[in-house]
Amino acid sequence: MATEPYDTHEYDVLVVGAGGAGLRAAIEASALGAKTALVCKSLLGKAHTVMAEGGIAAAMGNVWPEDNWKVHFRDTMRGGKMLNNWRMAQIHAQEAPDRVLELEEWGALFDRTKDGLILQRDFGGHRYARLAHVGDRTGLEMIRTLQQHAVHKGIDVFMEFNIQRLLKDGDKISGAFGYWRDSGTFMLFKCKAVVLATGGIGKCWKVTSNSWEYTGDGPAMALNAGADLIDMEMVQFHPTGMIWPPSVRGILVTEGVRGDGGTLRNASGERFMFRYIPEFFKAETADTEEEADRWYEDKKNNRRTPDLLPRDEVARAINAESKSGRGSPHGGVFLDIATRRPADYIQKRLPSMYHQFKELAGVDITKEAMEIGPTCHYVMGGVRVDADTTATTVKGLFAAGEVAAGLHGSNRLGGNSLSDLLVFGRRAGQYAAEYAKGITSQPDVNPEEVDYTIQLLLKPFNGSGGENPYAIHADLQECMQNNVGLIRVEHELKEALDTLQVLKKRLENVTVVGGRAYNPGWHMALDLHDMLRVSECCTLAAIERKESRGGHTRDDYPTADPEWGKKNVVIRPKNGDLVLSTEPLPEMPDDLKELFQEAH
Amino acid sequence: MAVAEAPTQQQAAPAVKPPQTFTFRLWRGDQAGGEYKDYQVQVDEGMVVLDVVHRIQATMANDLAVRWNCKAGKCGSCSAEINGKPRLMCMTRMDLFEPGQVIQISPIKTFPIIRDLVTDVSFNFERAKEVPAFKPKPPDPDGKRRMYQEDVDRVQEFHKCIECFLCQNVCHVIRDHEENKKNFAGPRLFVRLAALEMHPLDTNDRRELLKARAGLGYCNITKCCTEVCPEHIHITDNAIIPLKERVVTEYFDPVAWLARKVTGKDKRSGIVE
Repeated sequence: MATEPYDTHEYDVLVVGAGGAGLRAAIEASALGAKTALVCKSLLGKAHTVMAEGGIAAAMGNVWPEDNWKVHFRDTMRGGKMLNNWRMAQIHAQEAPDRVLELEEWGALFDRTKDGLILQRDFGGHRYARLAHVGDRTGLEMIRTLQQHAVHKGIDVFMEFNIQRLLKDGDKISGAFGYWRDSGTFMLFKCKAVVLATGGIGKCWKVTSNSWEYTGDGPAMALNAGADLIDMEMVQFHPTGMIWPPSVRGILVTEGVRGDGGTLRNASGERFMFRYIPEFFKAETADTEEEADRWYEDKKNNRRTPDLLPRDEVARAINAESKSGRGSPHGGVFLDIATRRPADYIQKRLPSMYHQFKELAGVDITKEAMEIGPTCHYVMGGVRVDADTTATTVKGLFAAGEVAAGLHGSNRLGGNSLSDLLVFGRRAGQYAAEYAKGITSQPDVNPEEVDYTIQLLLKPFNGSGGENPYAIHADLQECMQNNVGLIRVEHELKEALDTLQVLKKRLENVTVVGGRAYNPGWHMALDLHDMLRVSECCTLAAIERKESRGGHTRDDYPTADPEWGKKNVVIRPKNGDLVLSTEPLPEMPDDLKELFQEAH
Repeated sequence: MAVAEAPTQQQAAPAVKPPQTFTFRLWRGDQAGGEYKDYQVQVDEGMVVLDVVHRIQATMANDLAVRWNCKAGKCGSCSAEINGKPRLMCMTRMDLFEPGQVIQISPIKTFPIIRDLVTDVSFNFERAKEVPAFKPKPPDPDGKRRMYQEDVDRVQEFHKCIECFLCQNVCHVIRDHEENKKNFAGPRLFVRLAALEMHPLDTNDRRELLKARAGLGYCNITKCCTEVCPEHIHITDNAIIPLKERVVTEYFDPVAWLARKVTGKDKRSGIVE
């Protein structure tokens, strides 16, 4: 067999992914003296973090001094319907304010309060205005600040490089292998530790806010390396995506619109969310429009508007409203800020949304209501990690950000993602560097495993079956959208499993045209393996969990079951197969349990 | 407060316009050479140019190289020259064009071609490494940092940059003069330098870079960069001209530089809103 040439690099820590979590991890690992490489599939600074709009949740108390980590912790747990890993939620709430202030030390410029401090805005599920933000382009500010800091620290960055496989020496991580997108040539990283910061799986759905990068490569590679996944059934459909014109369907409309006073209306102009307040949140949610509107200014004497219930609740309500014939012309509902706030306020607070609707839909949001509907946005599930260290169940493999599971339970609150990236990105970098220090000699890479990987990567060029990778992708998205979407039912989920098997067979017959240099058709053919794998995990876990909770709604089991609320669905690889089991959640200590007894 | 008069949610569903066929003329090739190829493609209502390019990729040219990420004008990946005009493909609506019109898409010209519509923009990332980093002054005595919105507004304008590099692409200094690239950082980097220099907390000294290595003097303020900026940053008026003024006053007057760094104030007029 003719061997394919490839370059080799040696590092202590390899960080895969350069969004918020990957950048923060690389900065930390490098600062602790580990020789660190940062690898990203796109150009630096283009990762999905750049699209985050609303803000970073952190109980700094700049706007509401009553806010503190315990309130944030409680909001996060309740938002996740208590399926969260309590220790992750605690660490997250405690450390988020320091991580935000650190960004300011590195040059970030957040919007300010009148006193000159970092301004915080209201968001769904958060008791107080808590999101540090820059208009509605907070993710851009965050990624640029981290990117520039990483560049100044001299971290080695490999742009447009796609890691395809994690390599092991016995039970330990020893490297990773992949290809340069521009040339199609291969490269081996030998390393002691890997931090996965690869993001989510949203490109498996048709209506999605996610970019091409969200292929589930992280969970798929982790599974291949022997790591556990949990909560893969928990997928967040953001309530407000654009729906018209069809080509923009799915593009995100920030929750900040509602945080800044926008309200949801049906076709007759009714603020319908007041009819969808669940028992779980009744005590803390306003039941009249007057109280809801007063709440923006006076949180002590009023309860939160139901427009800002957690995302799972709002998405289901919008779905129900449009299904019952009270929706907007194109199958969604209306999001109105035009009648509720002055035009200059809207333009100042929501400049990207103004621009986005004006340019893409021809809608002036200071004059007209937006038409919106749910869009696939985030996966709460992913690689199982240790709460303190972000270590996965494979030695030397760490995971942070969307690819990791646990913090958000069954539903993530808006704003908790950017803070997650910072808090656990830093921890992943720290513990990966410490782990690497404890490994005295570079672990071995098995050349046969590398050769095997090369064969897999080149296989699509030898295909003669004539299957178009883009057609398979379109059919996968159709399948997941229709059968594993916002509302699920057993027979449709099983249908999806059958379809996924058919798609896997079709992928065997995929044929790639063209050469290896910057060939998106080839990249898609390879990405499809990961997308099919994570779609299967999501579907299997969704069949397993026979209740409705957070991002998993079963039409055939429409209520939350307290027994299911005590366990995670775990997916573990075994001899190439996926084995499902349920395992109990970690037990919350009594002093934290007390936080949930208090009357609101 | 003054808000729009009435909600407008009672409008009827607009009828979907029938699809139209367009000719897309795409540059296909690499360093070794290439040519324009024509694709007849159906365009549906509301599509942007990037949607059409994706449709061609999915159905007619699986190996068509194009860079993109967010498809919402936020990441700056899909820069190209559309009928000669530098634009983001994701923010260029098809209803700008007349049916039957040929739409020609070329890769941005200033940077070396990799393949098809994708260019090697590493120049920009290399030049970014030369910029002296942000170096904040000490916090207030209570450990907090205070900045006022009116003082951060103008720097926030620069922070809107999505690094699409369209400004670099149209800048005559490097677009038509490869030899200038080693001496000239370009508008994107000037925006970055202006953001650092006008940051209320920054104390670092970038005078040498500004005076010499970044090549600020090459810019003859033709405003081509400002015209193509998809974020509408006033690159020339708010970033480059103030930097030029500083080079004149502060490079030869260190006291003026120091005074500004200590007070964090910059008494400069003429900010374009």
